[in-house]
Amino acid sequence: MRKVVISGVGMTKVDQHFDRGIRDLFKEAVVKALDDSGNPEISHYYVSNAYASLISDQADLGPFLLEYAGCGCTPVTQIGGACGAGGNAVLEAFEAVASGKSDIVLVGGVEKMSDIPQKQVTSVQSTCMDQEYEANYGLTLAGINAMAARSYMQQYSATREQLALFAVQMHKNAVKNPYACLPFEVTTDKVIESFPIADPLTFLDSSPACDGSAAVIMTTPEIARTLTDTVVEVAGVCQSIDNVGISERPSLVTMRSTVDAAEKAYSMAKVKPDEIGVCEIHDAFTITGFIALEDLSLVDRGKTGIAVEEGTIAKDGKIPTNPSGGLKARGQPGGATGVYQIAEITQQLRGEAGGTQVEGAKVGLTHNISGFGSGATVGILKR
Amino acid sequence: MVMKPVNPVGFLGWGGYIPRYRLSVEEIARVWGKDPKRYRQGLFVDEKAVAGPDEDSATVAVEAARNSVLRANINAKDIGAVFVGSESNPYAVKPTGTLVAEAIGATPSVLSADFEFACKAGTEAIQCGTALVASGMVKYALSVGADVSQGAPGDDLEFTAAAGGAGYVLGRSGSDTVADIEASYSFVTDTPDFWRRQGQPYPRHGESFTGTPAYFKHVGSAAKKLMDELGYKANDFNYAIFHQPNGKFPVRAANSLGFTMDKIKPGLLVTKIGNTYSGSSPLGLAATLDIAKPGDKILVVSYGSGAGSDAFSIIVKDGIETKKQLAPSITDYVNRKLNVDYSTYIKWYRMIVAPT
Amino acid sequence: MSSARIWREIPQRYRLEGTKCAKCGTATFPPRSTCPKCGADEMKLYMLPRAGKIVTYSLIHSAPEGFETNVPYPVALIELDDGTRITSQLTDCENSEITVGMPVEMAVRRIREESPSGIIVYGYKFRPKVRKS
Repeated sequence: MRKVVISGVGMTKVDQHFDRGIRDLFKEAVVKALDDSGNPEISHYYVSNAYASLISDQADLGPFLLEYAGCGCTPVTQIGGACGAGGNAVLEAFEAVASGKSDIVLVGGVEKMSDIPQKQVTSVQSTCMDQEYEANYGLTLAGINAMAARSYMQQYSATREQLALFAVQMHKNAVKNPYACLPFEVTTDKVIESFPIADPLTFLDSSPACDGSAAVIMTTPEIARTLTDTVVEVAGVCQSIDNVGISERPSLVTMRSTVDAAEKAYSMAKVKPDEIGVCEIHDAFTITGFIALEDLSLVDRGKTGIAVEEGTIAKDGKIPTNPSGGLKARGQPGGATGVYQIAEITQQLRGEAGGTQVEGAKVGLTHNISGFGSGATVGILKR
Repeated sequence: MVMKPVNPVGFLGWGGYIPRYRLSVEEIARVWGKDPKRYRQGLFVDEKAVAGPDEDSATVAVEAARNSVLRANINAKDIGAVFVGSESNPYAVKPTGTLVAEAIGATPSVLSADFEFACKAGTEAIQCGTALVASGMVKYALSVGADVSQGAPGDDLEFTAAAGGAGYVLGRSGSDTVADIEASYSFVTDTPDFWRRQGQPYPRHGESFTGTPAYFKHVGSAAKKLMDELGYKANDFNYAIFHQPNGKFPVRAANSLGFTMDKIKPGLLVTKIGNTYSGSSPLGLAATLDIAKPGDKILVVSYGSGAGSDAFSIIVKDGIETKKQLAPSITDYVNRKLNVDYSTYIKWYRMIVAPT
Repeated sequence: MSSARIWREIPQRYRLEGTKCAKCGTATFPPRSTCPKCGADEMKLYMLPRAGKIVTYSLIHSAPEGFETNVPYPVALIELDDGTRITSQLTDCENSEITVGMPVEMAVRRIREESPSGIIVYGYKFRPKVRKS
């Protein structure tokens, strides 16, 4: 296995880009990443997207996006996996370089959620659930997270306020992020009193599904040296899965996919959880963030509420979490999310994260899941 | 001539279902500017059972059927015929009977059909089920009467059109028989008292014509003929159940035949749940069986507009006692209630629909 | 939703038909052909019990298409009497009276219809027990 490094990243702002189509967004991210990486010749593209065939009626995205972005006739692989598509694609891109198959690859995620009304967004996001036994009964992803929140609060005596405080922290972080969708602060009261989505979770507990594109270029250290000065090593990327249907899982307050992927990633990167200096985790809802931190062994079981209260996850805390604002406030651009996380941690480790910079971060972790953890990809990057 | 099965047939199980929700006469009167006293004191109806948004006559029939099969304590695969009588089938074409048969596990070796004759569709289904069992063509038959009926908004019938149903498992008389069907008689004429044309959403009726020439003529004639042929007087029966379009008609019918109030009270559900149409006399009988004792004689007279009455003479057997607790009683369902307002009712019944 | 898709899962939706491993006794719903626990290919037809209790629940306010009319509606993760779990809507209860641990029983109800002219999908929901005893 060869060593793999990131030589360039590019992102669009996450927003409701009514005036821009999926091709425009992808092109912006690709051009930025190529620019950032000294304009190399890409040998293989990996495109991650969750819902374009449902929202934009556009399947076969690879050629569709590449031609508009001026990428020439280059091999392209389109990768799905709902909101975990980004992480899945990052894994493929990494393995393409690590295995020696490709020398320089670009993994680009793109999503356009704002072209459809909210109730269709809910239906589309439900496609990551068990259709016959969950979605067809009116269960939603928010509903699953809400049931998990209820179980979590009961099991660990966590409070509604602690959940809300997580959202408060995410929004605080996003204020400094020029790419964030919701760069404004909120209070715990505002979170709790915002309109209900699936009891006990409210609108402000939930990440906004919006539009965005992020691209990351991976290559070997040797090739990177010829292109740029700032490289970040991809020390580990691992993926795992769990049951899709939640009725077949032993617990709603842990995701075996994350636990398994994290264990493998830590081992591959030869890193221990307490060495993680910054992370971008998949907080689709406030509760998802809680479960993620614990499954990643960054916080002890049941203790995230206290960690949030004590500022442990703040930028200057012991486990700086989602300095970008996370899915909650940077936004959740579907299948692009996993790539955003890699781009963000790369910038952190380079010291180029501007207002969101975590001081002195040397090892970063990314965590991207599909649905309620039917799949999870954990990445570990090193300076 | 009354109908007697050549081989003795009886009920092996009975069961009913009434939705949880109630709409009071006050609530309907409030919206339409009518006087609730006219219904409460005039017709002895306080409130009616209305179906929840996820219910229809098929789901009512399924639960009534399930309860009757639970009491019959048989293997559902031995049921050879599943009949559902209703005037509010969810499909104009696709039988409710197949859904019920599938839900209770009687498929695929089963005869199934839907019956229709206004409010007597259920008792007709019982007659036909009896014949199939008596002839030896099937081992068990399941006959259900169920409706989620709907009165035209603002019409008198809106105060009573209700939701509910009951089902009966029929089999050859034996040691586990709950009650024998001694004999039955159907009195039918072409009488336009209450009707709904194809494609029309609501029925129409002939107001007071629905009384003497319709309900009373058919109920009275069917009851008298059956009783005369069997040599019975009202005193010979412990209980009587008459179709209940409101609380007044069955009481008047009972009186004219010589039945005292205490005999019809256990089966008189209309005051609390309204007129459940095809479910009306089947539910009245179910409520009566819930408290009847071996040896009791029960008269059941249904009525369906158009018009006709089915009269039955039923003799309760020893098998009844152990079966009572195998399923919820009708009282359990009557007492399980939550009142809703008119706007909730019309939303649930899809009389107002959000545009898509 | 096509006829085939609606029809295929009828035994599950109307009768709670699952499977049970003849080798290790693990029950599964929905049915499986390979045991998720021991990996054996000996799954047999198994009728799930129709009563259980609520493990956790939520009230859906933001509904997907086809479910908007009756928000907020309750959904729950239910543990049936044999330990098998199932997700389902709850019915016949006020949202405010739902509690974790509440005993519930199965009823067949309308789940959805694609349109006024389309097929009606019937299936299980769970509700508070009619008989308290």
